[in-house]
Amino acid sequence: MAEVAEQTRRAASQGAASGSPAVKTVDLTKRFGHTVALAGLSMEVPRGEVFGFLGPNGAGKTTAVKLLLGLLRPTSGEGWLLGKPVGDLGTRRHIGYLPELFRYQSWLSAAEVLALHCELAPLPRSSWKDEIRTVLDTVGLTDRANDRVGTFSKGMQQRLGLGAALLGEPELVFLDEPTSALDPVGRHDVREIIRGLTSRGTAVFLNSHLLSEVEQVCDRVAVVDHGRVIASGTMDDLLSGTTVRVRATGLSQAGRNKLSDFGRVDDEGDQLTFNNLNPDRVPDLVAAIVAMGARVYEVAPRHQTLEDRFLQLLEDEQK
Amino acid sequence: MPPILVIARLTVQESSRRRLLLALLILTLVVVGFSAWGFNKITTVTNSSGNTLPPAQVAVVTSQLLIVVVFMFSGVLALSAAVVSGPLISSEVESGLLLSMLARPVRRSEIVIGKWVGLGVLVGVYAAGAGLLEIAAVDWATGYVPPHPVDLIAYVAAEGLVLLSLGMLLSTRLPGITAGVIALVAWLIAWIAGVVGDIGTGLQNQALENVGIVSHLLLPSDGLWRGAIFAMEPDTLIASMRALGTFGRANPFAAIDPPPIQFLAWVVVWFAIMLGLSVWSFRTREI
Repeated sequence: MAEVAEQTRRAASQGAASGSPAVKTVDLTKRFGHTVALAGLSMEVPRGEVFGFLGPNGAGKTTAVKLLLGLLRPTSGEGWLLGKPVGDLGTRRHIGYLPELFRYQSWLSAAEVLALHCELAPLPRSSWKDEIRTVLDTVGLTDRANDRVGTFSKGMQQRLGLGAALLGEPELVFLDEPTSALDPVGRHDVREIIRGLTSRGTAVFLNSHLLSEVEQVCDRVAVVDHGRVIASGTMDDLLSGTTVRVRATGLSQAGRNKLSDFGRVDDEGDQLTFNNLNPDRVPDLVAAIVAMGARVYEVAPRHQTLEDRFLQLLEDEQK
Repeated sequence: MPPILVIARLTVQESSRRRLLLALLILTLVVVGFSAWGFNKITTVTNSSGNTLPPAQVAVVTSQLLIVVVFMFSGVLALSAAVVSGPLISSEVESGLLLSMLARPVRRSEIVIGKWVGLGVLVGVYAAGAGLLEIAAVDWATGYVPPHPVDLIAYVAAEGLVLLSLGMLLSTRLPGITAGVIALVAWLIAWIAGVVGDIGTGLQNQALENVGIVSHLLLPSDGLWRGAIFAMEPDTLIASMRALGTFGRANPFAAIDPPPIQFLAWVVVWFAIMLGLSVWSFRTREI
């Protein structure tokens, strides 16, 4: 089963190489008065990949999605979805969208909301029943299919929104903070759903600031801050460094200053964290600390996490 | 089903599921029941010689009372249309409800027109249902039937549509409560301006008369209400008011002539302008 999924995914990736990207933007800019919400966003998301769009609150992530979906008009720049200019009505047949601010008709049942989206999509009426049943099963709402949305918890409404975004096997799905209202089980389910989407060749544009999730599912990420992309690439490109935590006593200030030769240091008293350090230099580092007369109690190298890298990027930006 | 009709159906469905229709139905039945009892009392009124009123007099008194009752109905319809249409677009934008729908292959114009059609159907059905019930009740109680019942219903429905159109236009840009309040105030101002215009006619003061004319053009609700009044009046009453000359035209609860055809044509154009502006306003709004 996993092999078949991998083959499908590979086929989709090959198709991507020959076809237009799922998302492409060139200098996409959005200003609200004097505030620059998005400053010259240029990027490409290949088909069949999970693309993580990361950034702190107010960085411009949701603005970017709204621009791509035609909900906002760009101040300048251009964008294409599935090879067609942003705003093309026909392209929207192949796109799913879970908004950050999700809300559905409280007076309808879950199945009726999904039927409404089937009708607007529009999907052939003969397929609605199967589509709705499949989607409800995928997001775990089968038991609540006929209950009014007004009786749903926030998490269940988010699941419903995710279900609506999955209707009709879209080629591209925008998920804007898809787990903001979900418990850990729900978050796990969403990760599985995203993996399921990529296995059938669907590109996923994932807006999130939950970095551990992004790290687990994304093939490629872009980090945005103050409307500007400050880093982008595959996960391997971004997370190449190693972080080393050292617990040592007896280090003088002069000694600590000298240790900056090993890269950026987070100095927290007895605990020093060396960011982006080549693992081959760890023995040299320990030797240098010992040579300064300090006592070393712990050396813990670990692969850099997305959170480490994200915080480092934002810190670098502020300097 | 085309998106416009899907949205229209959804709008009707929402009113039904939220029990707006049920509330209006119950209140209407109560009002019609009480008014039938009241109208029935007219036939038992006696004059100074102890006799019941002759049919012609019953018709005049009944028509005047009917105008007051229908004024209440048209007021309810106008108020409801303003209150419901005020948040029609804005509340769904603010809550995020429209976001996922607008990501579908649906034009914003289809959302606007669909909602207008849906609420328009409700306004029409309410005007027709309540109007026919009231006319039947009056007929049963007094034997009087307004001379132009279809026109009456059409004018009352059109008045509701005017408020619906104004509320919806405002709703594309303003918060729901603000849009609803502005529409209501505009309706009241238009009615008062119509009364001022009548007084101007009575006093033969062109400036005051122009206030009424301009208000009818800007917001044709009062002009349509005058059409509804004319449709309820018996010929004898109209003839006697005509005999009074300009003074006969100075009564805000009376109409000597039906609305001129040019005004009715303007109403059609006005609806088109309001819908066009609503579509343009929503299309250019950033969500």
